[in-house]
Amino acid sequence: MLYRTAGQFKTSYKADQALFPVRQDAVLLAIILTFAWVIFPLTASEFAFQTLLIPIMIYALAAMGLNILTGYAGQLSLGTAAFMGVGAYACYKMITLMPWLNPVVAILLSGVFSAGIGVVFGIPSLRIKGFYLAIATLAAQFFLVWLFEKWSWLYNDNASGAIQVPNLEMFGTYIAGPQAASVTEYYVVLFVVSLLTLLCINLTRGTLGRTWKATRDMDIAAELIGINLMKSKLTAFAISSYIVGVAGALYVFMWKGAAEPNVFDIPLSFQVLFIAIIGGLGSILGNFLGAILIVGLPVILNLLPAAIGVQIDSAMVEHLNVMIIGSLIIFFLIVEPHGLAALWRLIREKLIIWPFPH
Amino acid sequence: MLDQPENFVTIDGRTIGGQLMEMKNITLKFGGVTAIKDISFDIREGEIRAIIGPNGAGKSSMLNVISGFYIPQEGEVWYKGTPRPAMKPFEVARLGVARTFQNIALFEGMTVLDNVMTGRLNHMSAGIAAQALWWGRARAEEIENREKVERVIDFLEIQAIRKTPVGRLPYGLKKRVELARALAAEPSLLLLDEPMAGMNVEEKEDMSRFILDVNDEFGTTIALIEHDMGVVMDLSDRVVVMDYGRKIGDGAPDEVRNDQTVIDAYLGVSHD
Repeated sequence: MLYRTAGQFKTSYKADQALFPVRQDAVLLAIILTFAWVIFPLTASEFAFQTLLIPIMIYALAAMGLNILTGYAGQLSLGTAAFMGVGAYACYKMITLMPWLNPVVAILLSGVFSAGIGVVFGIPSLRIKGFYLAIATLAAQFFLVWLFEKWSWLYNDNASGAIQVPNLEMFGTYIAGPQAASVTEYYVVLFVVSLLTLLCINLTRGTLGRTWKATRDMDIAAELIGINLMKSKLTAFAISSYIVGVAGALYVFMWKGAAEPNVFDIPLSFQVLFIAIIGGLGSILGNFLGAILIVGLPVILNLLPAAIGVQIDSAMVEHLNVMIIGSLIIFFLIVEPHGLAALWRLIREKLIIWPFPH
Repeated sequence: MLDQPENFVTIDGRTIGGQLMEMKNITLKFGGVTAIKDISFDIREGEIRAIIGPNGAGKSSMLNVISGFYIPQEGEVWYKGTPRPAMKPFEVARLGVARTFQNIALFEGMTVLDNVMTGRLNHMSAGIAAQALWWGRARAEEIENREKVERVIDFLEIQAIRKTPVGRLPYGLKKRVELARALAAEPSLLLLDEPMAGMNVEEKEDMSRFILDVNDEFGTTIALIEHDMGVVMDLSDRVVVMDYGRKIGDGAPDEVRNDQTVIDAYLGVSHD
C-alpha cells in the first residue's frame, strides 16, 4: 500500500529517466541519508563507529568497485585486495612526500594509481575470460603483495615494514591518524562513499553501463553491434580499480590506522568478493546490503550471548560465529542466488501490487 | 520512369538503387575446409536480398564476412563504392551495418529498453565525466536517443514490454526485440540471419510484415538468410543461391525458382 506507484505518471523521458522515478524510493533514500548524515553521528558510540559504521562503508565501497568489474562488465577478478593495497600505499606515499596535500584529495587521487595498475593487469582479459581470467588476476594479487613487502621505498624504509598513518589535519581538525575523532573519520568516509556511489549509479545506468552489460551478457553480439570490447573491458578495469583503490586508502587511513603488506592478502579479496556476491552482482544497492551482512553480523553475534545473559567464553563465540555466518551465506544463496539486492527487488515488486496478486 | 538514374534497375516492377555493397570473388577457408569458394554478388540500395541454400552451404559464413566477423582469405568487399579494408566487427558496425543472429543474441540481463538503447551506442559520444555526473551532453543524449528508440519500439509494437528484462520474454518477442536493436542503429544495411527460424505461422506473418515495413518506410537495404521458401520468394527482390560454398544461382525469385541447378541442389539429383 505504501509502495503504490499508481498515479505517478511520467510525461517526459527526462522524468522517466530520473534517478528515482518512484516517489517512495526517493523518500526511503532520504530517510536513510538522514540517518547516515545526522542521526548516526549524533548518537553512535565509539564502538559503533569503529566496528560497524566505518567498516561497512569501506567494505561496501570496495565491493562496489569489484561489482563494476565482475557484476557489470562480467570480468571475474580475485585481485581486489591487491588493488586496495595499491590505493593505500599510493595515498601513504603522497601524504609523506607532499605533506601540504589535502588528505581527502590525496585519498581521491590514490585511486588513479590503482586504476593504472588495474588496467595493466586487465590486459589479459582481452584474450581470456571466466575462471581463467580470475587466475590471471591472482597473479596481480601475489605480485603486488610481494612488492609491498620487498620495495622498502613504499613504506619509507620503516623498520617495521608497515605503513603508519600520521596525524592529518584539515581545516584545523585532525581527520586521520591517532588523534582523529571517530566521528570526523566517519564523515570523511561517508562523504567519499556517497560521492562515488552517486557517480557509479550514473555510470551504470548510462552509455558506459550498457556497454559493460552488453560485454558481460554476450560479448560477440556486443562487438557486432559496434562495441569496442577492448575499450569496454579496460574502462571497466580502470574505473573498478579506481574505486577499489580509494576504498583501500580509506581502509588504512580512516579505519585501521596502520597496515602491513599481508593485510592485502587474498582473504581480503575473498571477503570483498563475498560481499559483492551475497549483496548481488550487477547492483549498487547490493554492495551495501552485503557489507551490512558480512561486517555487521559477526559484531551482533558477538554481542548476542552477553545481551541475553548466556555465559560463553569468547573462543566459543568465535567458532559459533564462523559456523552461523557460513550457514547463513549458504542459506541466502539458496533462497536468492542473485543476492540480497534481488531479494529486495522482489519484495519491492510485491509491495507495489500488495495486497493484490497481480 | 523517365528520370530514373542510370544505375537504378527495375525488377518485377520495383525500382531499386545502385550498388551498396559488392562481394568480389570471396573465398573463405577454415584450415582445410573451404566454406565459401569464389563468390561474387552485389546488394543494391533499397532492396531485400535473400541468401538461400541447403544446410551447410555457407550462408551464415557469408553473412559473417559481410558483417566483418570473418575476414576472407581472398576477394574484396566493396562498400559504398570503395573497397573495405580489413577491420574489426565493431568498426564495420560503425559504418552502418547492423544485424540479427540465428540464435538470439540479446543481452539477457538488461531490459528491452536498454537492449534497444545499446543499438544507439554508436550515435552517442558523451565523455565518461559527463556520464558520471549525468549532466550536459550525457543527459541530453540519453533523452534524444530515447526518443529515437521509442519510435522503433512503437514501430515494432513492443511498447508493453519495454521495461521487462529480456530473459523473461518468449522466443517470438525476443526475435522482435533483436530486430528493434538492429533498427535502432539506423543501419544502411540490415543483415537478418534466419529471422523466421522457430516461429509459428502467425509470428512469421508478423515478422514478414515488419521486414517489408522497415524496407518501405525507412528505405533500409536488407540482406537475409531464410529457410522458409514461401517467405523468401514473397519478400525478396533478388535471391542468391548457395550450395557447398559456391554460388549456383542469382536473380529474381521466379528465375531462381525455375533454375534447374537450384532445383537439383534442393531436391537432389540421381547420378546414374
